[in-house]
Amino acid sequence: MQLTYNLNQKILDITLRGDGLHFDDNRTKDALLLVLDTNGLTGIRIEAAELGRWDSTILALLFDIARSASRRGLSPEYRNLPDNLSRLLKLALTVNRKPDTGTDEKLSFLEKIGAKGIAVYAALAKGLSFLRQTSASVGRFLRGSAIMRHVDFLFALEDCSYKAVGIVSLVSFMVGLILAFVGAVQLKTFGAQIYVASLVAIGMTRIMGAIMVGIIMAGRTGASYAATIGTMQVNEEIDALKTMGFSIEDFLILPRITALTLTIPLLTLLADFMGILGGAAVGVGMLGISAAEYWHYSVDALNMTNFLVGLFHGLVFGIIISLCGCYYGVNCGRDADSVGKATTRAVVSAIVWMIVATGFITLIFEVLGI
Amino acid sequence: MTQQPVINVRNLTIAYGDFVLLKNIAFQVRKGDIFVIMGGSGCGKSSLLRVLTGLTPAASGSITIDGINFAAATPENKEKIMHRCGILYQSGALFSSMTLAENIALPLRQYTNYSDRLIRELTELKLALVGLRGFGEFYPSEISGGMKKRAGLARALALDPEIVYFDEPSAGLDPISSRLLDDLILDINQSLGTTIVLVTHELASIFNIGTDSIFLDASLKGISATGNPKELLKNPPNDQIRQFLTRGDK
Repeated sequence: MQLTYNLNQKILDITLRGDGLHFDDNRTKDALLLVLDTNGLTGIRIEAAELGRWDSTILALLFDIARSASRRGLSPEYRNLPDNLSRLLKLALTVNRKPDTGTDEKLSFLEKIGAKGIAVYAALAKGLSFLRQTSASVGRFLRGSAIMRHVDFLFALEDCSYKAVGIVSLVSFMVGLILAFVGAVQLKTFGAQIYVASLVAIGMTRIMGAIMVGIIMAGRTGASYAATIGTMQVNEEIDALKTMGFSIEDFLILPRITALTLTIPLLTLLADFMGILGGAAVGVGMLGISAAEYWHYSVDALNMTNFLVGLFHGLVFGIIISLCGCYYGVNCGRDADSVGKATTRAVVSAIVWMIVATGFITLIFEVLGI
Repeated sequence: MTQQPVINVRNLTIAYGDFVLLKNIAFQVRKGDIFVIMGGSGCGKSSLLRVLTGLTPAASGSITIDGINFAAATPENKEKIMHRCGILYQSGALFSSMTLAENIALPLRQYTNYSDRLIRELTELKLALVGLRGFGEFYPSEISGGMKKRAGLARALALDPEIVYFDEPSAGLDPISSRLLDDLILDINQSLGTTIVLVTHELASIFNIGTDSIFLDASLKGISATGNPKELLKNPPNDQIRQFLTRGDK
């Protein structure tokens, strides 16, 4: 398309000729807009008698010219503009509902800190309110007055119990194997490789088994809780539950918390066993320790306290993972993107809180001499 | 506005497994028409739209768009045909992680070689056309349902399509927003000569903007009437259509 313009006695004449398809000539547009900026411009005439076919790119050009002209208090005079093009241009220019975006004032440094503090306080209050309502729901469950569908509990139990056995077994076996390898490198220098059995047995039962199960279940089940409940939020199912008078804590959160809190200690036991088996594979297969000897040293190193400490960690991790998954699911936004964010946050925060909890538990047990 | 057919559907059967929803239906959509697909709930309106837009394959039959058999086209040809079509889904189907401007710019970036500046200008224009000038930086979650539909329409119009499909455009809108959307569809149709295929059972929309229509009947698994909706109201071919078009008046 040919776009020509001519400034004559403060009146800008623009002529459009030929087929105006895919018009993307930025240099001509810039030059034209520069002329539109001329001081004292009193009129704009647009002649389109020779304009052939056209598409949105011509409409965008005319739209741009019209807006530039309007900023200078001018209204272009259109000559021979095709009817349909003229109608669309009118539609684009007249339908204008400017959003009320409020004032976009800049905040000072102190105000920003204050705003951040308020946001943190609000997030903490929200989290604590969730914890309080969930605790109340657990209380109702213990008193037998919670409205929890048993089938939901069984589904949740199925999802986080035997379906997780494969992945927990494999990862724990590999962790036991790695632990034995790493330990053996050092112990071998003292000729004490037999203590690999003790190292693996104590390491797995006291903490590593529980931590590995925690990380696996945060990625597997915690993410699934956040995604499922988040999608329910997007589909307004949670709103429906609330308006029907159901407690979402009883209905959605309780089955998941009870299922995961019950199963993680059991999966921790499995992880302990598989880890010791992984260690034995290295000890017996590569370090030349006899199976009987390995068994003997492992049993010697095991004690009930370490087992119980591991199980306690598992119990705490179960609560943390299910709370994080459910919290971010319930507080998910109402679009697809929010579900992804909720899932990520659920997993990340569950892992962070598990590490924090492990630190506290270790400190407390150290003080108590356990 | 009588023109050559732009969409020609022949012996089209839509089935889900053994369940046949529509059997051997045939109709034509002429260029520049606002063609309404109407019928009661569950008669297969939305399924027909899914087949017309290539989302679901037909069990048998042909859909010819501008002389090319869309149903039997290769994926590449199908894609080429679909570039000439825009679709407005019930909810707007805007991508939630993108702003309205990014949503509209997406097909322009993907399928044209336009400069960033022209894409920005076109995005502003399309938003202005649907009455959303200044909302470009908003996310879909920050606007109302009616605005989402208009933004969805702006995205559907991004590539200057020759055919625009609408799936229940008035669903969930208040009467004023619904009327505004109807006017917008009419404006686009009259200004750009865009062929519109509209799936709806919103009577006001059907009579306001429809120029041609088919009436799907679940019991027949087919079309029980065709023609201008106003004409069908004047001379209903059967009682079911009369009741449908008069909201069940006895």
